[in-house]
Amino acid sequence: MRDFEYEAPTTLSAAMELAAKHNGAARFMAGGTDLIDQVRVGRLSPDVIIDVKKIAELKALQHDASGLRLGAAVPCCEIYGHCGIVSDYSALADSCRIIGGVQIQSRGSVGGNLCNSGPAADSTPSLIVLGAVAVIAGPKGTRTVPVEDFCTGPGKNVLQPGEILVELKFPARVANSGSHYRRFIPRNEMDIAVVGIGASVVLNDAKDRFISARIALGAVAATPLFAKAASDGLTGQPVNDESIAAAAAAARAIATPIDDMRGTKEFRLHVTGVLVERVLKAAIARAKGEHVDCNVGH
Amino acid sequence: MAKKRVVTTTLNGSQTEFLCEPRQTLLEVLRDTLDLTGTKEGCSNGNCGACTVLVDGRPVNSCLVLAVEAEGASVQTIEGVATGEGLDPIQKAFLEGAALQCGICTPGFIMSSKALLAQNPKPTEDEIRFYLAGNLCRCTGYDKIVRAVQDASQQWQDQYMKSCHEKGCH
Ligand SMILES: Cc1cc2nc3c(=O)[nH]c(=O)nc-3n(C[C@H](O)[C@H](O)[C@H](O)COP(=O)(O)OP(=O)(O)OC[C@H]3O[C@@H](n4cnc5c(N)ncnc54)[C@H](O)[C@@H]3O)c2cc1C
Ligand code: FES
Ligand code: FES
Repeated sequence: MRDFEYEAPTTLSAAMELAAKHNGAARFMAGGTDLIDQVRVGRLSPDVIIDVKKIAELKALQHDASGLRLGAAVPCCEIYGHCGIVSDYSALADSCRIIGGVQIQSRGSVGGNLCNSGPAADSTPSLIVLGAVAVIAGPKGTRTVPVEDFCTGPGKNVLQPGEILVELKFPARVANSGSHYRRFIPRNEMDIAVVGIGASVVLNDAKDRFISARIALGAVAATPLFAKAASDGLTGQPVNDESIAAAAAAARAIATPIDDMRGTKEFRLHVTGVLVERVLKAAIARAKGEHVDCNVGH
Repeated sequence: MAKKRVVTTTLNGSQTEFLCEPRQTLLEVLRDTLDLTGTKEGCSNGNCGACTVLVDGRPVNSCLVLAVEAEGASVQTIEGVATGEGLDPIQKAFLEGAALQCGICTPGFIMSSKALLAQNPKPTEDEIRFYLAGNLCRCTGYDKIVRAVQDASQQWQDQYMKSCHEKGCH
């Protein structure tokens, strides 16, 4: 592998100083499950790797009445192992359970998944539907970006040189709400999404109408997409097959997938519609307090 | 060239110091510096699981860990699985059930299985298959591997019950 220096700062300010000092030649590393191979095959050539796992803010996981704060470097296994996330941010736990196998989940983080900015990243649609905001620290101070505005193209995002993703902030779960993430892959596990769909819904007290909904699509465009029209269209609608089918059609309408070895454009469009319906139904069931079996591969 | 680092870990239970370059993976150092060649290299990109070791009890692909990251950690490799009393129940079950052919994948499967049984001593077949999805085998077709893990789980429980009985726990 290419020669590089390794630093493991323990404070955010030290990490930013190091990044500034190396002026674009440094790369942050969380779990390294994307980065190490990218350096090995020569796609990236950093002079310095800055390991962010010793910085307290990036390893924080705080869930209380005001919401959830998830440090950017918290690995997937800690996320789906956290009862509060499993119950209140179910879509996120669903995503983390299917990113790679257990070895990847021991190290790979949601922050790394987002910063790698792959169009098929499995946790990004869940972040979008759960209303997560990315907290970014940099030489010019701290700013926040809603996750749906974070990725700008395959492997590209809003991070400027020297900026670091610190944490993801989620609002508190509201009453009668539920969420789910599911992807289509030809195998049962360990594959890249052909299509990945996340949805969250808030229902009225009678649980027969949508107060609001959020739907996000993965692997069907250059970036994960927030399906705004499909989501807004559900507001005030009755919970039934027609409203759900209309949302699926509206979501399909914004998908611009490519043909590749994982699936044709036509197939991806079809699967987008099917999955939006299924994922919405599972999110609704969770909002009603029903148990949704999310055994992967079933 | 980046300066070499001294790294101190607990490796298979004993404190171990090694020298490495920042760019060396844990897999390289285990095999080439520490002569622990039980851990295998398959793909070197996280897909095959042949290089699985436990770091602080969690299974990881050692080809996707920098050796410098092992500072202060506890690392267990296949060489640390058998005890003075003999093979681990998982190792025995793999041997007795012929759950290997060429054997390249076996150390990785055994490390992942150890992590599985430590956290879920009575896994269902589905749970075993899902947990071992990050380990690939080109020879066996997996059925014998899954059965070996089921056998090891059973042996473990029998042994546990027996020792409890002897100690009068029940
Ligand atoms: C075998 C295998 C299977 C996989 N399966 C899946 C899958 O099913 N679904 C999926 O979505 N992905 C999958 N991945 C990809 C990868 O594991 C995930 O994207 C993972 O979440 C990356 O997290 P990480 O912490 O390892 O990131 P890293 O590799 O540490 O970093 C990824 C990128 O983000 C940057 N970065 C990391 N943290 C920060 C930060 N705090 N601030 C700024 N930049 C940062 C790094 O510089 C790098 O460019 C798989 C990978 C492998 C090897
Ligand atoms: S060699 Fe590490 S996963 Fe294949
Ligand atoms: S026994 Fe040959 S790869 Fe598994």
